[in-house]
Amino acid sequence: MKTITMTLVQEPELYLECYSVTPDQFAGKSLAEIADLPAHEGKIQWKLGDFFKFEGKAGETAADTKIVVNGNVRKMKRFGQKMSAGEVVINSDADMYIGGWMTGGKITVNGNADTFLGIAMEGGEILVEGDAQNYVGSSYRGDWRGMSGGLIRVKGNAGNDIGTAMTGGTIIIEGDAFIHVLTHAEGGTVIIKGDVEGRVGGQMVKGDAYVFGNLLYPLPGFKKVATVEKEVDGATYTFDQYIGDLGERKVKKKGEIIYGNLYLKK
Amino acid sequence: MVNSMAELLIKNGFVFDPILGIKGDIADVAIKNGRITDKVSDKAEIVDASGKTVMAGGVDIHTHVAGPKVNVGREMRPEDKFFRGEYRGGVLKQGKRMEMGFSVPSTWKTGYAYARMGYTFANEAAMPPLFAPHVHEEFRDTPIIDQTAMPVFGNNWFCFEYIKNDETENNAAYIAWLLSATKGFGIKIVNPGGTEAWAWGKNCSSIHDEVPHFEITPAEIVTGLIKANEYLGLPHSVHIHGNNMGNPGNYKDTLDTLRLTSGINTSNKFGREQVLHNTHLQFHAYKGSSWSDFESGAKEVMDYVNQNKNITVDMGQVTLDETTTMTSDGPFEYHLNQLTHFKWANLDVEIETGSGVVPHIYDKDVRTSGIQWAIGLEIALFAKDMMRVYITTDHPNAGPFTRYPGIIAWLMSEKARQATLDTMKWKDKVIDASNIASMDRELGLYEIAQMTRAGPAKALGLLDIYGSLRERSDGNVAVYNLNADELPSDPALIEDAFRNTAYTVKEGVIVVRDGKIVAEPPKHTLWTKVNMPENAQVMHDIREKFSTSYSINLENYPVFDENIHNARAIELDAN
Repeated sequence: MKTITMTLVQEPELYLECYSVTPDQFAGKSLAEIADLPAHEGKIQWKLGDFFKFEGKAGETAADTKIVVNGNVRKMKRFGQKMSAGEVVINSDADMYIGGWMTGGKITVNGNADTFLGIAMEGGEILVEGDAQNYVGSSYRGDWRGMSGGLIRVKGNAGNDIGTAMTGGTIIIEGDAFIHVLTHAEGGTVIIKGDVEGRVGGQMVKGDAYVFGNLLYPLPGFKKVATVEKEVDGATYTFDQYIGDLGERKVKKKGEIIYGNLYLKK
Repeated sequence: MVNSMAELLIKNGFVFDPILGIKGDIADVAIKNGRITDKVSDKAEIVDASGKTVMAGGVDIHTHVAGPKVNVGREMRPEDKFFRGEYRGGVLKQGKRMEMGFSVPSTWKTGYAYARMGYTFANEAAMPPLFAPHVHEEFRDTPIIDQTAMPVFGNNWFCFEYIKNDETENNAAYIAWLLSATKGFGIKIVNPGGTEAWAWGKNCSSIHDEVPHFEITPAEIVTGLIKANEYLGLPHSVHIHGNNMGNPGNYKDTLDTLRLTSGINTSNKFGREQVLHNTHLQFHAYKGSSWSDFESGAKEVMDYVNQNKNITVDMGQVTLDETTTMTSDGPFEYHLNQLTHFKWANLDVEIETGSGVVPHIYDKDVRTSGIQWAIGLEIALFAKDMMRVYITTDHPNAGPFTRYPGIIAWLMSEKARQATLDTMKWKDKVIDASNIASMDRELGLYEIAQMTRAGPAKALGLLDIYGSLRERSDGNVAVYNLNADELPSDPALIEDAFRNTAYTVKEGVIVVRDGKIVAEPPKHTLWTKVNMPENAQVMHDIREKFSTSYSINLENYPVFDENIHNARAIELDAN
């Protein structure tokens, strides 16, 4: 795998949209061509080279390209948006939409990520060493299709609206989360290893939510059905299993009604 | 610099004009003072159309591009705009304003995209009368193209009562009053009786289902409105979206509706021959008893249409896109929501109508969508008289109007149809349930001109203004990059040519050049002004209903003059 390193040399005045920073866009291009790729600051179009200096070499394909981002890019959005393969490593905090709509490859954020991390993601892997904000793995505003595949792991805490309208894939929050987990979901798994304030699985038709810590306000649309042992993220625990959301429409598969599951660690 | 007084000469194109019977002859088109003329001076600006196809500006007889339900579609679908805007979608700004949205484009994109396809007129197919000001204000913000709007009458309490009492003259007077109050163009019916029944959680799924509390049937509503339309001699006929739309087996209900025109003829001063326009026929030509045995009823319906000259239709072609359905057919939208569980908006408009909005995905890998796609094309390919069958998508219900170029390619090329069929997961099942695979008919440019300008202009009663290159018509011309002598064998090239004109001319002004918007001259809103003596009974009824059943005062109801943009009244004297 070839590595290309981009280092911040000029901070944007506003927030910069780095939608061009993906292995797919960089693959097969020279450093000069990469520096020429577009980026938007508000309505003004710039080039990546106006903000970054580039070293190293891009691979021939996305899968063969690794991008390392150095410098404080806290005010930069959309790294790895729509990427299909390869790797992006951000050695800083980053702003919104990191890995949105990605279909493959891996993104590592060695810091915090802001809102809309991995929204509508279809495949691949995102690892955030710090915290993430709201809408992790959710659908875009108004859309009914959230994350459908892949893995998002946040080592710190996350905010609200995790896995909204999710249909597949896995989200692991190793810290705490606030409200709205797997709202409207029709599949997928969300594992929260810390505490959750409430509203887990509202209008969920299908999917699995795991809460290891305290769920302060569970929803009334869930009913306890069993106590089960399950292997989650490499270890086995005992959970109380709840099904729901019982107030939502029911989906049948092979004649049997399918419910969403909420597992609370005992 | 826009100068509509200037002279323009479009030289040496292959001209297609079904009204003049011109079938691709090389000819010049002259425009002076915004109108087609026989000759211009040597100072005229020359447009070289050699090797290109020249037609009158396109006319869309049925589209939903302005008004409250369209705006609900915009509001409830932010995702319809995503990656499709100016910056992040790579769409470059051409006109004064940027363009947004796919299935429910912004008003600005609507005007620009029609103009780029060579269209200069579009008829908004359903205006809730109470919200007419909103429709007209959106017209003001839709650049370039001329527009009309049809108020919906098929669930209106006034009409119900006049029809029940067999008061054609009063019904006609009310209709004339409402056209004036809303600056409307003609009579639209959507699910007659059914949308009113929906206010009670019911529907009228056949033409003989009685409307709750009114002791009237859809058949009586349609017949009564046709009578009133022909009593007045309006430019357009009754324009109907019939009962039981979108359900397997509904072709029988459609035939029942069409048979209501039996023996009815028209005498009007606009050259219109039909008494009923059945819109988006694709949605009304379904055989089978459920979605599992659903199949095409296009042949049965088109056999009837072909034999009866007093009927016109448009396709409502499914384009196999993710789109947004929106209609005054409230119960239909509820049923669609129950099928897909996508988000749903529903609205009741007092004593006039209702509506609903639900996104929909016509997926080429879903059998139903494939069959719907086939049915639309079969309607055109079974047609004998292309002056009576028009290209539409019921925008945005079966797909966005921006897909018309693709429909033209499907109609002109069996290869294009086959290529689309070949991509379908359930190709064999689609072929079994339809006739499309056995149809080798390929339409020519003359027939496309019939279906996209001459025919719809005639059916709308607007042939004096649009649809032809006759002298004194508005100087609306489309020049396509198509050599009529050597049509490309690759259907993608046909599609490209119809998507972006070489030139679009609106009232003598070049508005599109090489597929780019270059000018935005003033556009017009047309409406129908019926001159008739005031009907005291009807005015009494109106005042009474406003005092008892409306949420607003009569004085605040009509569209104010400042709401209507560049009004152009089509005047007639009632019989």
